[in-house]
Amino acid sequence: MSAATPKGVLITPIFKNNPIALQILGICSALAVTSSMSVSLVMALAVIAVTAFSNLFVSLIRNHIPSSIRIIVQMTIIASLVIVVDQVLKAYAYEMSKQLSVFVGLIITNCIVMGRAEAFAMQNGPVLSFLDGVGNGLGYGVILMIVGFFRELLGSGSLFGVTILTPVQDGGWYVPNGLMLLPPSAFFVIGLLIWVLRSVQPEQVEENEFKMKENTQPKEAV
Amino acid sequence: MLEHYLSLFISAVFVENMALAFFLGMCTFLAVSKKVSSAIGLGIAVIVVLAITVPVNNLILTYLLEEGALTWTGISGAENIDLSFLGLLSYIGVIAALVQILEMFLDKFVPSLYNALGVFLPLITVNCAILGGTLFMVERNYNFGESVVYGAGAGMGWALAIAALAGIREKLKYSDVPAGLQGLGITFITVGLMSLGFMSFSGIQL
Repeated sequence: MSAATPKGVLITPIFKNNPIALQILGICSALAVTSSMSVSLVMALAVIAVTAFSNLFVSLIRNHIPSSIRIIVQMTIIASLVIVVDQVLKAYAYEMSKQLSVFVGLIITNCIVMGRAEAFAMQNGPVLSFLDGVGNGLGYGVILMIVGFFRELLGSGSLFGVTILTPVQDGGWYVPNGLMLLPPSAFFVIGLLIWVLRSVQPEQVEENEFKMKENTQPKEAV
Repeated sequence: MLEHYLSLFISAVFVENMALAFFLGMCTFLAVSKKVSSAIGLGIAVIVVLAITVPVNNLILTYLLEEGALTWTGISGAENIDLSFLGLLSYIGVIAALVQILEMFLDKFVPSLYNALGVFLPLITVNCAILGGTLFMVERNYNFGESVVYGAGAGMGWALAIAALAGIREKLKYSDVPAGLQGLGITFITVGLMSLGFMSFSGIQL
């Protein structure tokens, strides 16, 4: 988090310090809306907008917020922004807002938004905070899109509703894996994604609390 | 009538499990499930808070926010007022306030329970399971009685899931997991398998 340059603030959260994969923040909605690409895209855009603007506004008034009630102030700002997003979606993308159902409202309790307002916007200027919000929103969006990509491609053989792998019912060869559209697969995909990310960047691997001694036979270890 | 409530309760606990079917409250679900004792403490806190906030928010919706809800005030033109766009703001306010009141109440009158739950109560305000419970109640148009049952059931389902996961994780820490999967990764896979297990309840209809 030492990189305070505008570019660093924008880029680091996307891969290096990804809010979902590394900090386990905001997973609730990440899993629920990823069964198709277009829904995940809308959700990602909504979260980017909310994180960026809540960071901006919190940062603008950061010197006037008494620290004892700062959580409530942040909460109010975030909730108002989410209401705006919700109303915009209902007005211009009604079908989509039906599919997202309660998960737009749940952006309020998305820990990424709160966490960035508290950890970054309270200490930094408006422009940097705005970029940090966009960066973290993008980091969230990237994971959402990756998970959505696998779930929609393997689950229904399409991307953004456009058929890529022709399913068997329509005379193609691909047998859709229905499990991919169900909740458990989201957990598997994210779990495997974390495995990939941590294999690429070994310094992110968590320490094992109970490490087995080297050269110990399994039956001796018990 | 009773069957209706019972079936709502069962479906809230098992079929529509907050944590495993709707992924709600995941942040705390993964962070506080390392030990069974703390998982159970948090679970109980969630049950209590959900069972209180969902009905209270239901009352707020019916008597303050819905279209025409303000008719009881007798002010002329009140039946045309629709405040439902303020919903999110009021629900989160109610939740934050109730958690605070509950904390003070427990501290004053039931200190033993306060000591057990104390740490977890503030965490709960930002737990999406709580707000999620309220939002599902709104979306499905539950009445007051249904919202009591739904709140309690959803809380119990969440508590059940976190207690079970904590049990598994306590055993899991002795096993030899590939380096990259250590910790968070393997937990996700475990939760996925649990979610798969809970899907077998999906046919239950009372």
